[in-house]
Amino acid sequence: METPTKLPPSSPSSPTTGFSVPSAEKVDGFPRRSMRRARQRRSHSSSQFRYQSSQVELTPLPLLKDAPVAELHDLFCKKLQQCCVLFDFLDCVADLKGKEIKRAALNELVESVATSRGVLIEPLYPEAIKMISVNIFRTLPPSENPEFDPEEDEPALEASWPHLQLVYEFFLRFLESPDFQPSLAKRYVDQKFVLQLLELFDSEDPREREYLKTILHRVYGKLLGLRAYIRKQINNIFLRFIYETERFNGVAELLEILGSIINGFALPLKSEHKQFLVRVLIPLHTAKSLSIFHAQLAYCVVQFMEKDATVTEHIIRGLLRYWPKTCTQKEVMFLGEIEEILDVIEPSQFIRVQEPLFKQIAACISSPHFQVAERALYFWNNEYILSLIEENCQVILPLVFGTLYRVSKEHWNQTIISLIYNVLKTFMEMNSKLFDDLTASYKVEKQNSNIIEIKIYKKTTTTTK
Amino acid sequence: MGTGTGGDDSLYPIAVLIDELRNEDVQLRLNSIKKLSTIALALGVERTRTELLPFLTDTIYDEDEVLLALAEQLGSFTVLVGGPEFVHCLLPPLESLATVEETVVRDKAVESLRKISQEHSPVDLEVHFVPLVKRLASGDWFTSRTSACGLFGVCYPRVSSTVKAEIRQHFRTLCSDDTPMVRRAASSKLGEFAKVLELDYVKSDIIPLFTALASDEQDSVRLLAVEAGVSIAALLPQEDLEDLVMPTLRQAAEDKSWRVRYMVADKFSELQKAVGPEITKNDLVPAFQNLLKDCEAEVRTAAANKVKGEVLPEDSRETIIMTHILPCVKELVSDTNQHVKSALASVIMGLSTILGKDNTVEHLLPLFLVQLKDEYPEVRLNIISNLDCVNEVIGIRQLSQSLLPAIVELAEDAKWRVRLAIIEYMPLLAGQLGVEFFDEKLNSLCMAWLIDHVYAIREAATCNLMKLVEKFGAEWAQNTIVPKVLGMANDSNYLHRMTTLFCINALSEVCGQEITTKHMLPVVLKMSTDQVANVRFNVARCLQKIGPVLDSSALQAEVKPVLEKLATDQDMDVKYFALEAISGMYLFNLPTYIFSETFSFSSILFFFFSFSLSP
Repeated sequence: METPTKLPPSSPSSPTTGFSVPSAEKVDGFPRRSMRRARQRRSHSSSQFRYQSSQVELTPLPLLKDAPVAELHDLFCKKLQQCCVLFDFLDCVADLKGKEIKRAALNELVESVATSRGVLIEPLYPEAIKMISVNIFRTLPPSENPEFDPEEDEPALEASWPHLQLVYEFFLRFLESPDFQPSLAKRYVDQKFVLQLLELFDSEDPREREYLKTILHRVYGKLLGLRAYIRKQINNIFLRFIYETERFNGVAELLEILGSIINGFALPLKSEHKQFLVRVLIPLHTAKSLSIFHAQLAYCVVQFMEKDATVTEHIIRGLLRYWPKTCTQKEVMFLGEIEEILDVIEPSQFIRVQEPLFKQIAACISSPHFQVAERALYFWNNEYILSLIEENCQVILPLVFGTLYRVSKEHWNQTIISLIYNVLKTFMEMNSKLFDDLTASYKVEKQNSNIIEIKIYKKTTTTTK
Repeated sequence: MGTGTGGDDSLYPIAVLIDELRNEDVQLRLNSIKKLSTIALALGVERTRTELLPFLTDTIYDEDEVLLALAEQLGSFTVLVGGPEFVHCLLPPLESLATVEETVVRDKAVESLRKISQEHSPVDLEVHFVPLVKRLASGDWFTSRTSACGLFGVCYPRVSSTVKAEIRQHFRTLCSDDTPMVRRAASSKLGEFAKVLELDYVKSDIIPLFTALASDEQDSVRLLAVEAGVSIAALLPQEDLEDLVMPTLRQAAEDKSWRVRYMVADKFSELQKAVGPEITKNDLVPAFQNLLKDCEAEVRTAAANKVKGEVLPEDSRETIIMTHILPCVKELVSDTNQHVKSALASVIMGLSTILGKDNTVEHLLPLFLVQLKDEYPEVRLNIISNLDCVNEVIGIRQLSQSLLPAIVELAEDAKWRVRLAIIEYMPLLAGQLGVEFFDEKLNSLCMAWLIDHVYAIREAATCNLMKLVEKFGAEWAQNTIVPKVLGMANDSNYLHRMTTLFCINALSEVCGQEITTKHMLPVVLKMSTDQVANVRFNVARCLQKIGPVLDSSALQAEVKPVLEKLATDQDMDVKYFALEAISGMYLFNLPTYIFSETFSFSSILFFFFSFSLSP
């Protein structure tokens, strides 16, 4: 498995996990799991539509670009109000005319905010935020598939995306506009607004989460008064995810934002931030769906270390505490993260954790799952890690020697055996004296235990007669 | 613990256990914690209090699994620390456990605390327990505050009025806590806390909290308040309900979050019971109609489960259902969501007892028929599985015309679980449809299942035959099914031949000695020469199974020689099962070589076990 050191490219719009399904069902009558699901898949409704009591007939307004300057703001405002009307997208032929008028209006608004200066005047702020709120804030519908597995299943896509996308685009342009004034916006983009925004990160639609990510990032950047609140609410979302529901679709996106937030933390780290690391980020490793956000999580963890090396011990001991016991796929991820951490570890910190760490690494090397063993043995290909091992050879070699020796004789997988020979060779070159001593004592020990085994064997066989 | 030899060494295993509490291996620590009561018993109450408990309190930073076991153990430790007088010694370790991050550990610690709170004297409760609750309630991290929410209810009834006021104050504070986790915990304990409060305080304290939590900004808090609302409504006198709870509950039924509406639908029966028939009739019925028409299928499903409306006033129940509920039900029958229809199908038959014969025939029967033809097998199955309700009201004959195609289709469904489900209803259906109808229409289905390609279906089919014979009698069995079953003994597929044996296993007892000896036994004996070993060893097992039904002359003359021959079979398994049958049926007088072989085998087993048990 690769260990990306940068954030992964953020284009979730094209799910690559598409599965081809054999057309014939198997003889035993079991359709494949994914097939059963694929059949049920359809796009989502959102509960918002039902709150529109009576449908308003939309009439097209004059174009913004044709409007005289004096009437521009008034027209802009009218268009915003027009865009507050919601449409039923599950019925794809309902009110096509109205949908088209709204779409055109949204497009115009987006373009106007993005290109022309001086449009965003104070009275427009409440109208704009109202339009955005009405469109995007909704209770997310129940998942079509109760055991939705983000890795295997196709996400349910938001039916009203043709409008929703433009609303998000407008919001983004609004925030990014050079005319945008945080002092005016903060009256409308308040805590309640942000809380609702954060709840939307649970959307199954990756396109929506992508927009939300960028938008929240801008909000965090521009509205300083909301920063602490945003961090706290993200905390709550994560804690709920870890300890209560284990379900939240936007963990990866939130972590991505946090990655850059952590990057900007001032030194020395506040205790609030350290607490976040120890009580939220590290426990996030226990999640069942770790693979979906592991890259972003590992990035956050490494960011913390780069900020302040003294948190290293907390991190490593935390990871060791939550080390996966049965899930080898997660174990490989943990090993990847450990390597990322060791890549930037300070030698003085390394000494503090080397003992428990290399006990775990030794355990991984003797894993019967060859990917786990292989991932652990790859550490010896990393020059920086190798130099750390060399400096602390006296401590590390005795910890891993027995395992290496035994596994080199016993492992079923040839690749592992040859990797181990390389590692043993490296150690021999590092410190041949220590290596020979350990070999000798290992053999004596082995012989002793053999003798004991033989004794036990003899004892039992004599008693059975 | 087998190593303890009593007397002087008796403390040695304890030392080992205590040592293991510090071991690096989690499994060993876990084992040791699970034997904590043994350790405490050996140490005596004095040393448990002064040495063991402080040690445990210090080592609280362990694996969650160990902590969970510890939290559970401490809940029943009262005797081991010297009885109720000293029970407060257990509070420090449990307090730390109640602040742990992992929810299961914390919940278990709270459970144990609740348990031992009852063992505190009123004085100890105020001196030791209540201060602990207060510390937890004002803890820094949310975990301790969530734990506190579960502890107010158990100490409130047994403390003085000043302390009561403090407890109420603490609970109030937690209901408006900053973190949603704590508000959720408070919301979920609100009903329980209300139950122990004096009625005046329920009105003055709990109602405002309930109203606030039910309009919380997070739907996860609001939905828990619904449940609390049910408990609170049950506590209040009828005349206060309208003012104090109904506005909030009405609002919850129309909440913008489907999760809250779902909760209302899900708790609807309890809600009706709590508010009584009058409010139900005037207020809840319209709300219920809306829930049945909700835009989210989840809500409709939950509501569909409650269409029977058990709590409606007797006199108007029928009219209300006919005029208000039935129109919605008619729409649900053709809902777009299969779960909605399936939920409805599982309760709709129950309506017939309420509506009586005429209404059932006129209004419900068409709906049953539509559901029997539904595209989803679950819907059809749910209708079929509840046929007995209708049978009582209008008799099943009304349905049989439509029933049959539905059953046949389910019986041949591509999913074996569906086939399995319909098999399980066969005895019930057979009983209600009668033997004639069964022979004519369903018998062939039951036989076809015997050669299904899924083992579970064949197995269920054999069991089904047994139940049918129990219903229709041995004579019927001899005429209809036994010949067919025995015919399969000559099938070219060995799986079918084995099915014959399995059927005989199931049928011999219900068919009785005569049929078994005359018809079944010869077939079984003949199969002992089958060329497939699996068939042969199943012959041995079958003979053992039907042995008790046979008389001793048949056993000695016919069964014994065959088993003895099988005991010399070249196949290991055949030999094994033959020997087992022989020893199981006490057909002794065995050749000596067999005897010695079984002896050595069991002696090896014996030594194997004794070896593996010693440490």
